[in-house]
Amino acid sequence: MTIWIDIAALDDIPQRGARTVRTAQGCVAVFRTFDDRVFALDDRCPHKGGPLSDGIVHGHAVTCPLHAWVFSLETGMAQGADTGAVATYPARVEAGRVLIDAERLMARRVA
Amino acid sequence: MTQRLVVIGAGMASGRMIEHLLDGAPEGWDITLFNAEPRGNYNRLMLSPVLSGEKTYAEIVTHDDGFYAARGIACRFGETVTRIDRARKVVVSQGGETPYDRLVIATGSAPFIIPVAGRDLPGVVSYRDLEDTNAMIAASRPGAKAVVIGGGLLGLEAAAGMAARGADVTVIHLMGHLMERQLDPAAGYLLQKDLERRGIRVHCKGATKAILGRDRVEAVLLEDGTVYGADLVCMAVGIRPEVRIATDAALDVERGITVDARMRTSDPSIFALGECVEFESQLFGLVAPLYDQARVLADVLNGGDAAFRPVQTATKLKVTGCDLFSAGDFAEAPGREEIVFRDPGRGIYKRLVIENDRLIGAVMYGDTADGNWFFQKIKEGTDVSATRETLIFGPAFAGGVQSDPLAAVAALPPEAEICGCNGVCKGRIVQAIEGGATDIAQLRAQTKASASCGTCTGLVEQVLALTLGDAFQKPAAQPICGCTDLTHEEVRRLIKAQELKSMPAVMQELGWRTSCGCPSCRPALNFYLLADWPLDYRDDAQSRFVNERLHANIQKDGTFSVVPRMWGGVTNARELRAIADAAEKYDVPMVKVTGGQRIDLLGVRKEDLPAIWADLNAAGLVSGHAYSKGLRTVKTCVGSEFCRFGTQDSTGLGIALEQRLWGSWTPHKVKLGVSGCPRNCAEATCKDVGIVCVDSGYEIGVGGAAGMDVKETQRLLKAGTEAEAIEITVAFVQLYREHAKYLDRPYKWIAKVGLDWVRDQIADPATRAGLIERFDLSQRVYQKDPWAERARPDAARRFRPVADLSLEAAE
Repeated sequence: MTIWIDIAALDDIPQRGARTVRTAQGCVAVFRTFDDRVFALDDRCPHKGGPLSDGIVHGHAVTCPLHAWVFSLETGMAQGADTGAVATYPARVEAGRVLIDAERLMARRVA
Repeated sequence: MTQRLVVIGAGMASGRMIEHLLDGAPEGWDITLFNAEPRGNYNRLMLSPVLSGEKTYAEIVTHDDGFYAARGIACRFGETVTRIDRARKVVVSQGGETPYDRLVIATGSAPFIIPVAGRDLPGVVSYRDLEDTNAMIAASRPGAKAVVIGGGLLGLEAAAGMAARGADVTVIHLMGHLMERQLDPAAGYLLQKDLERRGIRVHCKGATKAILGRDRVEAVLLEDGTVYGADLVCMAVGIRPEVRIATDAALDVERGITVDARMRTSDPSIFALGECVEFESQLFGLVAPLYDQARVLADVLNGGDAAFRPVQTATKLKVTGCDLFSAGDFAEAPGREEIVFRDPGRGIYKRLVIENDRLIGAVMYGDTADGNWFFQKIKEGTDVSATRETLIFGPAFAGGVQSDPLAAVAALPPEAEICGCNGVCKGRIVQAIEGGATDIAQLRAQTKASASCGTCTGLVEQVLALTLGDAFQKPAAQPICGCTDLTHEEVRRLIKAQELKSMPAVMQELGWRTSCGCPSCRPALNFYLLADWPLDYRDDAQSRFVNERLHANIQKDGTFSVVPRMWGGVTNARELRAIADAAEKYDVPMVKVTGGQRIDLLGVRKEDLPAIWADLNAAGLVSGHAYSKGLRTVKTCVGSEFCRFGTQDSTGLGIALEQRLWGSWTPHKVKLGVSGCPRNCAEATCKDVGIVCVDSGYEIGVGGAAGMDVKETQRLLKAGTEAEAIEITVAFVQLYREHAKYLDRPYKWIAKVGLDWVRDQIADPATRAGLIERFDLSQRVYQKDPWAERARPDAARRFRPVADLSLEAAE
């Protein structure tokens, strides 16, 4: 069952930017793209652990600030020549609020 | 409001006309473009290099599908217009009727086919379009026999091209010497020798009687009985204006479609330009007057009052290795004198024709470097009586001792024409280079110099080399990123020229391929926009790399470093105490002295940044911008205040400079050093700007570096006073801000534009004052402590997680 929880107003996240959500397992980055879609991914690059939330957001992708790996926000997959993936979590916008699937977030502790 | 324009013929003249037309009124025209050839506009002058294999067709396309699509031009390529119905203002073609408000006929010319038997045999081609060129390429197998009828410009280019591909080529020419309209017999003889040396047989005074062959061409028979075997015959004896459509429509037609100076035909709604027109009994075959017509017609259509005036043109042959030049009238006549210079050993021939103390014609073979200089004298009608003795030796002699190969170009006056096709003078090119153009591609884009036949490319490069100085190089033009084909320099120019003041404006107007750019172009665009429009543009934090967005330097573990500014490397007990307190309070794992004379607090957590900044702010410390593409530090020695060798107050000057420059954004980081004497303890000679104090003043050097490249500064200027040293430094930084490519350190930028140019700008009082004024204006917006702005509670929030689920998750 999906448990949508309200984590912030959409406007708390800058367009083409990100904020983080702290969880017991580390931070999740919540991105807002140019078209006001939101995406939630682990805030940790699989390469050297860079904080993806501090990267430059372009289209539906983010570039890691440490070594410029690029990840699709939709799939979490590394783009281009690099291989690797970041876990993604369901997130959506409703009435100007950002909702994220808490069950999946909590489930990852088990995984 | 939009008018319907139908253009018949997509050639070079109409292509240029459409460019001008839409530049003048981008929204004013609904254009339908017919072309009998199944393609758009390409550079027809460049067919010869395609034939010889030096270029491909793709390289000579001037307007690709994207060009037409972007301008909403309806392209009807491969569709012939069969009739013009003037009464109903429609043109008729296979696709039906197309109505027009204005009609432009640009049908060009058709090759003249001599009426001999066998002219229709397969294997007989003319030399007019890509199909002809491809036919000749296909036939030019090594060993194949080709005959070119016609020893004029076009025929010889066809012959040389096929010979270059290995064919056995014979040129048959009716007259006594080759290119008789452009060359006198002596030059024609030298040209024939050069062509024969490369294996081309030349038969002058040869009249074609018949082309022989059963199913396809086999040989050419001349009146004198000579027979030349031929697998292919290229007829290049001349062209005639293509006027059939105009004749059928009962427009006034002589040899060409007659037009007035506004390019209007006898029907006020119908215009014509290019090789199909006749103006004041003249026909036009060279590209320069056609481009003039294009400019005039575009202006007239847009409601202007331009008028066409034919000007003199010069001729060059585009056959690699045959240097010939001809201009003006070089026929012998009573009252004319000539000056001839020959160097048989080197195959050089030059002849000048003078009438009434004025140069009226010039023919040169073998060495044509001075051609443009003479052509200029012909056009200006300069009185040459005073220099008559040495005139033939050209500008090198006129200018005194010059052995430099660039000397001839250097001696040209600003109004000397460099690109004949597009009528671009030297001054215009120099102006473009001084405006930031650093390579041929940019000059072509900005001035159109060398953008047509390309024979002046070498000259344009020489102007570039002269203007840029020793630093001239041929950099390959790299687009900024995959979002665009434009280079950094082109984008910088367009941002200024089109007054683009926001990122969406840049991406829209310059045709970005992505919706919102990428991590390569966005930081660059953000800088260009804030540097060019400090009052209009709003800095976009999301287009900055994390360090500049958060005003701290990200470390490998995702923590940050904090470096407060220490003006000129000077601090005091109170500041040191505040730094020590902060280091303890925020558990800073490492405190380190930097290479730029300040203190780095390493390993600060992101969410602690606003608080540590607030504490440091309270002690009067501000951001040191140790993370920015902007002013970093000004390193100093103790100077005359304490040092027994110091000549000036280097510390005081360093502090003054840092206070003036801090907070400014630049294309890359900028580091300064001020040393109090030539012993140079502040290592000023490897900084972006390094000042070395001497007894008599301040030696200012620029373009040093000590990173991946190590560079010593080059001397820019010397200042007599401290105030002047500051002014020169500020002006230099602003010049760099306005012109450099993003991520070019000053030394790289100077290598592109040339130190002499930089010095000329800074040394000129008016230019310097303007630079300083623009810098100070920008500083009014950008010289703010970013820490203070972000230490406020509402801004500080953003450094923390937006939500904390750790408690729920733990349950």
